Amino acid sequence: MTNQEKYNKAFMTALEITEGQLSGLKYQEIEAWDSVGHMGLVAALEDAFDIMMDTDDIIDLSSYEKGMEILSREEYGIVF
Amino acid sequence: MEKIWDLEEHKQNTALLDDQGNALSYGELARECHILSDAAGKRCLVFCLCENSIGSILGYVAFLDSGIVPVLLNRHLDRELLGGLLQAYCPAYLWVPQGQEADFPGMEAVYRAWGYSLVRTDYGREYPMHPDLALLLTTSGSTGSPKFVRQSSTNIRVNAESIVQYLGLDETERPVTTLPMNYTYGLSIINSHLLAGAGILVTEKGLMQREFWSFFREQGATSFGGVPYTYEMLDRLRFFRMDLPSLRTMTQAGGKLQPELHEKFARYAQGNGKRFVVMYGQCEATARMGYLPPGRAVEKKGSMGIAIPGGRFRLKDTDGNEITEPYTEGELVYEGANVTLGYAERGEDLAEGDERHGVLETGDMAKFDGDGYYYITGRKKRFLKIYGNRVNLDEIDRMVRGHFGGLDFASAGTDDQMYLFVTDGSVAGEVRTFVSQKTGLNPAAFRTVVLGAIPRNDSGKTLYRELERYYG
Repeated sequence: MTNQEKYNKAFMTALEITEGQLSGLKYQEIEAWDSVGHMGLVAALEDAFDIMMDTDDIIDLSSYEKGMEILSREEYGIVF
Repeated sequence: MEKIWDLEEHKQNTALLDDQGNALSYGELARECHILSDAAGKRCLVFCLCENSIGSILGYVAFLDSGIVPVLLNRHLDRELLGGLLQAYCPAYLWVPQGQEADFPGMEAVYRAWGYSLVRTDYGREYPMHPDLALLLTTSGSTGSPKFVRQSSTNIRVNAESIVQYLGLDETERPVTTLPMNYTYGLSIINSHLLAGAGILVTEKGLMQREFWSFFREQGATSFGGVPYTYEMLDRLRFFRMDLPSLRTMTQAGGKLQPELHEKFARYAQGNGKRFVVMYGQCEATARMGYLPPGRAVEKKGSMGIAIPGGRFRLKDTDGNEITEPYTEGELVYEGANVTLGYAERGEDLAEGDERHGVLETGDMAKFDGDGYYYITGRKKRFLKIYGNRVNLDEIDRMVRGHFGGLDFASAGTDDQMYLFVTDGSVAGEVRTFVSQKTGLNPAAFRTVVLGAIPRNDSGKTLYRELERYYG
């Protein structure tokens, strides 16, 4: 699986959505992405990439695109 | 009618401050309250669709302060469920966010303030209300059950006074909202801090949002409350590494926190000059009944503590006798002036007076230790706490069977994890989506299990015990 596929799968599994819903998706835009969904999403991303996210990054993860930007940073080093 | 707060006493203090920089002093709040209650014009019933905003809190305070009876509901409550409640109670007015006015066609907005509208209904009838009735709250919050708890102004006042006393609240406190105000625990934070003359930081943002923490730091929040799930989230957020110098107190209620997490937060508080206070309560007792003094939080982890000032706990065995031996399980009974009047299930019930006379059978099973500290051990009734919300399993069963035309179905589970049992696998996903949407709770809380048959006894009664092996 590519990193992009892993990333998408984490979103789709944690928030129970389809691939078509990913682009442009923002926090609280769908019912499943509330604070509970957010915890599940962070856990899924941490598992998928074997990382530990920082507090600041967890609360910054406000959209599908923002998450990729965060994970691309040096401390996580995930290449999409 | 007994007044709950003396807003004028603190008129120079900031009462409410939101994350947009809007503020209202106690003096301004008192004036706004007079204008709003004058617009309503009489003692009547008002449905408030709540959020954590100045307008929402203003409406609640204005109504309660002038003898108008508010019913506090979540503004996201499912429309169909709300419709059922409106039919059952025929409120004279609604207090709703201006953006939701359009949801009530044919009803006229007679007054607007702070983003909220007072909308006059037109049901053509109003139910008589008992003079002691001050406030109605839901027991479950989410299933749209017409069962409300009837609270008096004395209930609210004495419970707020007790909270001010045991938490030592004063006007220097700045709690930040982390719980819905229509939720009894969230409301008790508002009630007690308004009594203390403190400034409440009001936000709809949550723990998982940067804006929440910016607001927290900029305005120097001193306390917040959380349900067990809140503390699980904070743990995940690596809360213990956050620098929050203004924070003094964290309170926890709305279900039993895992003892390990209890200890973790208690130790953090102890080591950082903060307080972690586990509490116990129910809407039927206005809000709070017990608290664990923070000095013993580590030592007594897993305990919900002792009765609040002015209250008393006792345990009752199956024969109704009081238990005097430590570590013996029995039903927890609470006595105090904050025990509410009773329930209402329809408009006619609003005329009822006090049915409990200061004694509440909590429905929770408990034991106490040698020092008289209480531990909740189980429940008599069939409900779960999902993210701090009480969800009645019999109501879920009724709702699902009703919607899916008598489907073979049963619900059960543990706190934060409900199991939905069906015999027809093809509808499992649909049932789960339905329950999640109707309760407004994240689908992660619900799991489906397909069985060959729902276990029942000869008379057709569901044998819930036999379902336990699927989740135990």
